[in-house]
Amino acid sequence: MKDLPGIALTVNGAQAHLDVHPGRRLSEVLREDLGLKGTKVGCDAGDCGACTVLIDGAPVCACLTPVARVQGAEVTTVEGIATVPGLQEAFLRHGAAQCGICTPGMLVAASALLSRTDTPSRADVEDALGGVLCRCTGYAKIIDAVLDVSGAGDPLVPEAGAAIGAPVRRLDGGPKVDGTEVFGADFAPEGALLVKAIRSPHFAGGFSFGDIDAWAETNQVRVFTARDIPGRNRFSVIPAFVDQPALADGVVRMRGEAVAVIAGPPDVVEHLDLSGFPVQWDQQDPIMTADQATPNGAQQVHKDRNGNLLIAGKVRCGDPEQALAKAAQTCSGQATTGYVEHAYIEPEAGAAWMQGDTLVIHACTQAPVMDRDELAAILGLEQSQVRIIPSAAGGGFGAKLDLSLQPLIGLVTLKTGLPSRMVYTRRESMSSTTKRHPGQMTARAGIDAAGKLTSMVFDGDFNTGAYASWGPTVAVRVPVHACGPYRIPNYHAEARAIHTNGPVSGAFRGFGVPQAAILQETLFDDLALAAGIDRLAFRQINALRDGDRTVCGQELYGVGIEDCLEALEGPWADALAAAQAANASKDTIKRGVGIASCWYGCGNTSLPNPSTIRLGLTRHGHLRLHQGAADIGQGANTVIAQICADAMGVALSQFELVGPDTAVTPDCGKTSASRQTFVTGKAAMLAGQALRAKILGQTNMGAGARISLQGDCIEVTDGSHNRRIDLSALPEDQHGYVLSVDETYDPPTGALDENGQGVPYAVYGYGAQIAEVDVDLKLGTVTVIRMTAAHDLGRVINPLLAEGQIEGGIAQGLGLALMEEYLPGRTENLHDYLIPTIGDMPEIRSILIEKPDPEGPFGAKGLGEHVLIPTAPAILNAIRHASGARIDRVPALPHRVLRAIRRAGS
Amino acid sequence: MNAYFRPDTLAEALDVLETESVTVAAGCTDLFPATERPTLPGSILDITAIPGLRGVQQTADGWRIGATASWADIIRADLPPAFDMLQQAGREVGSVQIQTAGTIAGNLCNASPAADGVPPLLALDASVELTSKTGTRCLPLSSFVIGVRQTALVPGELVSAITIPNSAGEGASRFLKLGARRYLVISIAMVAVRLSVRSDKIASAAIAVGACSPVAQRLDMLEARLIGLPVGGVAKAITGDVVSPSLSPIDDVRGDAGYREDAAIELIQRAVTRAVEDVS
Repeated sequence: MKDLPGIALTVNGAQAHLDVHPGRRLSEVLREDLGLKGTKVGCDAGDCGACTVLIDGAPVCACLTPVARVQGAEVTTVEGIATVPGLQEAFLRHGAAQCGICTPGMLVAASALLSRTDTPSRADVEDALGGVLCRCTGYAKIIDAVLDVSGAGDPLVPEAGAAIGAPVRRLDGGPKVDGTEVFGADFAPEGALLVKAIRSPHFAGGFSFGDIDAWAETNQVRVFTARDIPGRNRFSVIPAFVDQPALADGVVRMRGEAVAVIAGPPDVVEHLDLSGFPVQWDQQDPIMTADQATPNGAQQVHKDRNGNLLIAGKVRCGDPEQALAKAAQTCSGQATTGYVEHAYIEPEAGAAWMQGDTLVIHACTQAPVMDRDELAAILGLEQSQVRIIPSAAGGGFGAKLDLSLQPLIGLVTLKTGLPSRMVYTRRESMSSTTKRHPGQMTARAGIDAAGKLTSMVFDGDFNTGAYASWGPTVAVRVPVHACGPYRIPNYHAEARAIHTNGPVSGAFRGFGVPQAAILQETLFDDLALAAGIDRLAFRQINALRDGDRTVCGQELYGVGIEDCLEALEGPWADALAAAQAANASKDTIKRGVGIASCWYGCGNTSLPNPSTIRLGLTRHGHLRLHQGAADIGQGANTVIAQICADAMGVALSQFELVGPDTAVTPDCGKTSASRQTFVTGKAAMLAGQALRAKILGQTNMGAGARISLQGDCIEVTDGSHNRRIDLSALPEDQHGYVLSVDETYDPPTGALDENGQGVPYAVYGYGAQIAEVDVDLKLGTVTVIRMTAAHDLGRVINPLLAEGQIEGGIAQGLGLALMEEYLPGRTENLHDYLIPTIGDMPEIRSILIEKPDPEGPFGAKGLGEHVLIPTAPAILNAIRHASGARIDRVPALPHRVLRAIRRAGS
Repeated sequence: MNAYFRPDTLAEALDVLETESVTVAAGCTDLFPATERPTLPGSILDITAIPGLRGVQQTADGWRIGATASWADIIRADLPPAFDMLQQAGREVGSVQIQTAGTIAGNLCNASPAADGVPPLLALDASVELTSKTGTRCLPLSSFVIGVRQTALVPGELVSAITIPNSAGEGASRFLKLGARRYLVISIAMVAVRLSVRSDKIASAAIAVGACSPVAQRLDMLEARLIGLPVGGVAKAITGDVVSPSLSPIDDVRGDAGYREDAAIELIQRAVTRAVEDVS
């Protein structure tokens, strides 16, 4: 028998000798013992592939490999794959890394393929990368990159004034492809306590503790509960609805709710048997659906919320019932959607420590300033005593807007004075954080003899789960958007956020609008078919135009939906012809084509949401952009800088990015509501313009002068005139700058009246997508062949990043349509909860439309959420075109599609 | 601290198995997902350092798949067309990462109703070789996997090999797996079909269905019906009356029972049709 005093291996070409338990996960040993944090952990179950490493050249999941297995082997991690020439460079060149959390796994898996062949096919790439999940990119650019490692192309370095519109590589890309990016789990302060939570296994009930102190003493750990929370043990993203305890106090309203935290040395906490923790549960029957929550007499999840109604939103104009009665055609429909999980590959993670009297939190987040303010309230601190340094976020999509582990590690560090860290398990992440709202919706709509929409009535119940989170936003956004980007003179829409004991429904790319669009866009297909009008033409007949009024009575300009639909005329005709040709020779697999549109207001609904950008020059000539918007992979770091550069008229390469960090960056709000390019972008534009004006003013030069940085001098040139500012001679301000500006922008919106009339958003974005699908009439399976997506961005700041948003949004829309359904308590992992793999993605053709918005910076509009909205209804409309099956419940799993096909045929 | 045994002979492994309470570990692709801990829980008997348990060999009696042969080993092995279904199943197991590490014997021991390895091995008339200190016994696969997460292993025993008789090396074969996505997917239903054809008639048929019953099933009634049929009309003979009695599908997150039954019939028809094309 082999003695195992230690394990000798080679890691990235260097000898290593490990004295660790042989049954330890290789991922853990690489990260914690060897400090190779480029290997990411997303699931600890082989479901996501983020931890892919090579053992003697063969790809494995390091999380499934006991370290004994690598005795005498050669292990290669992302830190060692620079040996594959051109691979990392190709990822940068193609924009294949967004948030970057899957990137190491993708790179390592690709390197195994490329060591076998220099000329892989697309199918080879899919087979090689099929085991690595990505939630951001839609895989398209990853495939492009792997197929193009030998390609050429130096990084684009735009001249002054030429940054906007240039396909600039992401400015923060380097660390994402070399494994050095620091995500929430990647930084551990020296001596940090490991924190674990005790969570409710039940959806509803009460609980009481036994002798916690004795248990803590026996196990040599500290335990904290609700009674230890020094401030207000309630939080919520919307101050008026603060209702969620950081640690539950005697009552649990959802499975996964934390009731206690345990902190101690990592080697102690790791070995704890938490099943012995002294807590007694008093399980009660939960309410799991809106149907169960709304009848009279239903048990209330919150005492003060009658009928389990959190809030209702309404928009009404004209006389919809009368208009329906007069309509030439009417159609009605209903749609049901389930919980959808964000399924970012990075589970929530972070660290906390004290810096003097200030509590510092380094964790993944989309909303650093909101985190700061909520934490201060919970922990009884001044806002100035909390500093949030966002780690890189390995995906967010809305769920990382809400607090998760921050109050837990914050409490531990505040109480012990010691640094602490916490990394959610995949199960913990999926069971305790927010979801997309399940929707139960009905709608009716009518058209006149010419096919013009005359009326629509929409009604929806949205299961908002145990706590408020973004339920109010969904309830308000849905009625505004449920009409789609169409002119409808008579309209009544209501949406209610209903409490249940399900997971908290919060923000997820689109805030309820993707659910509403599923019903609205399939219903409009019904109308087009009933009227005998081509489905694209129907949408063109009804599309909003400049000067039209929305259902809220808002007069719109810069409306790009017509342009998007017009751009799709050619692809639509081609797709229909191709489907007809394909179907002529096939009986079992039928091709179908569908279309759907979207619109989406950028920024908060009728509420202030300012962003402030600071731009400063040091006496040494460093130009620093304080960019406080969390870049969760979507590209704010790059796009905001591009806007600022052109506004100032200085080359993008001159800018240094600072932040985000609540101690050094002014508030840029949250990364949500597709607002960063628009709102923070506009603040960046104003800041760039202001600093330019300041420099021109000090040099007394004209508006057209050229500004350039030359060492510690600014040189301003206007024709033959040339002036300099010697920065080193100027006094520094409180921020260490000799010249600086702070500029704030808040979109001009107005409150909605009792009928939802007003100006909810200052800017809207528009889009439309065509889906081409194959439906297997005997098995009910659906394969999406191609998506053609036309999106109006107003002004394209960065086409490379914009395409990445479209491709990633389509991947999530495809998941919503065909496979994703989170069943509370049953699908708390990434093998029962399915998101699209690289093999599920169609070809994607992006068409970028520029219809400038009068308000947006350089005409720009938001894009991030828009891209997901039309995908699912376009796919459902294509399924119907192919098979006759009208799908009114997503996901359209094979058994549901087959049932619908049979229903349509009978 | 929990013990971790990694012997390099089978004899040492059997000693450990007799004297210690251990979990036998090979690919670990099922063991690690079952824990959230950073280290495999309990004491472990890791059999992957035993050279005699590796690889896929042809023997006088047929084929022998070692207990630690990975799916990647199966995919790369030089095997006759009768094994195409097994290799096709291998390519659909999880991902390349899982195929590199996961073993086919472990797939049997895990005894999931949706184990990708079971239907093709049933259709290859596979047996499982079980070894203990007291000797070796061979069980037909259908007697080895006896229920959901249940096998016929007794204490002190481990699976040392999977064997396939020469008689099963005949014919063409196909595996079809139905899931809701392309990679990393658990089957809604799957079928494995092996056929031989003589004089344009079905001479032998071995057909198995997985994920439609607690343990994957051979479809004896259907096989009997197909033998002797002309290849042209064979798909039409695959009907519910000879398929459904062997299945007991359930409703779960992946699909409902009725759908599974219908899908199994459709998949068998397709797999048989393609296998017939392969031999014709």
